[in-house]
Amino acid sequence: MHGQVEEKSDGQRKVGVVPCWSCKGPVREGAAFCQTCKSVQPPGQVDHFARFGLQARFRVDVDALERQYFDLQRHLHPDRFVTRSSKERALSQLQATSLNEAYETLKDPLRRADYLMHLHGTDVLPNGCNLVNDQELLMEAMEMREALMEADSMEAIDKVAKQAANDIADCIAALECAFAEKDWETTCRLTTRLKYLTKMADETKAHRVKLKSML
Amino acid sequence: MSEEESLPLLQITEPGAAPEETGEVKKAVAVGIDLGTTNSVIAVSRDGTPKVLEDDMGEALVPSVVAYAPDGSAIVGGLAKRLLLDRPESVVSSIKRLMGRGPEDVRSLAGVMPFEIEPYQDGETGMVRIKVMGHRKTPVEVSADILAALKNLAEEEAGEQVEQAVITVPAYFDDAARTATKDAAQLAGLEVLRLINEPTAAALAYGLDQGAEGLYAVYDLGGGTFDISLLRMEKGVFQVKATGGDAALGGDDFDHAIAEHFLKERAKTLGEANLTRDEVKVSLMTGRLAKECLTHENSGQWVLESDGQTSTHDLTRDEFEKLIEGYVDRTLEICAHVLDDAEVTASDVKGVVLVGGSTRVPLVRRKVEAFFGSEPLANIDPDKVVAVGASLQAEALTVGSDTLLLDVTPLSLGLETMGEMTEKVIHRNTPIPVAKAQEFTTYQDGQTAMMIHVVQGEREMVDQCRSLARFVLKGIPPMTAGAARIRVTFQVDADGLLTVSAREETTGVEQMVEVKPSYGLSEDEMANMLRDSMVHAKDDIQDRLLAESRVEASRVLNAVIAALQVDGDLLTGEERAKVDSAVAVLDQAIKGSTREEIDAAVDVLDKETQEFAARRMDRGIRDALSGVGVDTLEEKISEE
Repeated sequence: MHGQVEEKSDGQRKVGVVPCWSCKGPVREGAAFCQTCKSVQPPGQVDHFARFGLQARFRVDVDALERQYFDLQRHLHPDRFVTRSSKERALSQLQATSLNEAYETLKDPLRRADYLMHLHGTDVLPNGCNLVNDQELLMEAMEMREALMEADSMEAIDKVAKQAANDIADCIAALECAFAEKDWETTCRLTTRLKYLTKMADETKAHRVKLKSML
Repeated sequence: MSEEESLPLLQITEPGAAPEETGEVKKAVAVGIDLGTTNSVIAVSRDGTPKVLEDDMGEALVPSVVAYAPDGSAIVGGLAKRLLLDRPESVVSSIKRLMGRGPEDVRSLAGVMPFEIEPYQDGETGMVRIKVMGHRKTPVEVSADILAALKNLAEEEAGEQVEQAVITVPAYFDDAARTATKDAAQLAGLEVLRLINEPTAAALAYGLDQGAEGLYAVYDLGGGTFDISLLRMEKGVFQVKATGGDAALGGDDFDHAIAEHFLKERAKTLGEANLTRDEVKVSLMTGRLAKECLTHENSGQWVLESDGQTSTHDLTRDEFEKLIEGYVDRTLEICAHVLDDAEVTASDVKGVVLVGGSTRVPLVRRKVEAFFGSEPLANIDPDKVVAVGASLQAEALTVGSDTLLLDVTPLSLGLETMGEMTEKVIHRNTPIPVAKAQEFTTYQDGQTAMMIHVVQGEREMVDQCRSLARFVLKGIPPMTAGAARIRVTFQVDADGLLTVSAREETTGVEQMVEVKPSYGLSEDEMANMLRDSMVHAKDDIQDRLLAESRVEASRVLNAVIAALQVDGDLLTGEERAKVDSAVAVLDQAIKGSTREEIDAAVDVLDKETQEFAARRMDRGIRDALSGVGVDTLEEKISEE
């Protein structure tokens, strides 16, 4: 992106050392700062997990992730570079943007599952089209929708919401196992299911607000 | 020359820390500005102690009112406000309501706004223009006049130059209004360090960043608007969770309620049938006085004198509260809705911050306290609290701070798709800065252009959202329908400002188009205004370029010195002497004030260190191959 990753020789790429744009000395590829002159570096093409120094896997300690996100933002956010040169300000914005993207992706189980599938080479389509023949999943989605449409009291909606929340928790637990076992067929199906469930939970919430304002 | 003498004693700053002041560079102070609808306030913070600045009359609240003379010169503040009575045609007030607005937005405000709206002229952007004293003015120019007056005030009071500011905007301000605010600052000769949301500024003023974790509400009742925001404070990071409000509800309604009450009484005692203009004006002013009085007293008596007739009116606080109760209850309904939206209850809120002059009214305080179940924070003047917070943030940005403000997009950003539907690209409440890309395709064979329509808002239909910009991506190679891959990228910076670009990906044909909001100013207009408005524009630009060169040169200098400390042994004595002398020359140049000299010295130092850089890279690669890893700052952070 910023042309700093020069491919002078094979050796350079293998060892992952690139020149710092500011002091021109060696920097490890993907490092946020130059260890010599402390200048902020371009964010580079690192995957979201690596940005936090994590292994690419489904189970993530979200609290620890948030702490680390805050720590990194504290160093990389554009607010910290207001008085610096325009190049550093621009790099800090790119860094903070990449960090936000990585954090937003990893903190949410659905987006994390989607992203892991993407890293594996399978993009799970928004409507689960690549699994449209999954009858069981379709039936479940239709039943959930019916239950929501019929819910005309706060109690009934709360019941649907609770069911959705339970199903989501179950689905996430099942995803953890499936990802750990690298059972890609199951992870794909469960990711699609999580999509349906999350959509239902959102719709339930909207329905609830609407009903509350009518009562 | 020994090494000690030749090496300038420059400290290497930590990443993120403010750089050392270099040489004779005079550091101008950064201010915080609350650019309000009714009043504006400017504050300065030094060593963590904020100070609200006052004009020569001892007033901190500068009315956001501008009076224009026939020659176009402007008077801002109290004096302009007094002219409002005698020469209303020369005076502009409440201009903030027009920031980033188009003519059709303003039509809905017809009757409310005391402006003469100018018809659209060819070649202009959609930004609304008003006519005052024969001059066509954009809201950006009027706001710039207010900001310039505040800047003057600060410079006189502080005896220093003021060039940088943190300016507050309402949380609901859309992209067009934010851009307009930033443009106004530029016209006034102010660099915007950051635009921050008013409720966030108020929270900062209360030092909620000092360890108090939890959820806070900011209740802001101004003259004409009401806003409620929920903020989450966690681990030194501020986050805006949800916002709501009513742009036509405020303390002015209280004045109206009293005025109406008095006029009814007056009609009864005097037996008048028709209200005169003067009666309305006088009763409104009296209503305002009565409101302010009943904030402190339990009862009072007022006399309405108009058209030679006098009437006397008694009002107690109880009666006053009955008159305004409906308005206060309406604000609490909005609060309840926002809490619902964020899926929290009033008891989850740890504290409530009061902002806006109308929160002085005792009934407002009591009702807010009852609703949230805790006594509101109100020990900072609610008219000044936003400017105070802005000044603290200005200091934090220029001097350094442990707190981090992580703001979010207040409204969703999207594109128009088939069937006039909106496709959201960035959802509201997404942390900024953010960049998101979405792919679109052509729907006709051989289609070579595509209209890109950027909208902001939560609704599904395009016409219910706010149109921000339209542009055409041209030069798409003719392909069958659906074959082209147009990647549209939305980028929102830390100020919440949007840039949109688009490119066709299959063929690698790139076309980047940066858009200015439909209701903004065009580049040409902005350039013209800058030329017209600034007497010292040229000096200012020269100063800015010099400052930029110094910052850049200091960066280069620090980088080379850091490198010499680590890898100095890679140079022979003779080489080292050359580099050292180039360093010394640059250091000297930075202390001077000739930009050309500084830039030339940077070039020389760059050239003298090329071979050094190459050897450093070789060493780095050798070390890496032999397993001596280059350590990184992230590792250091995680060890902390």
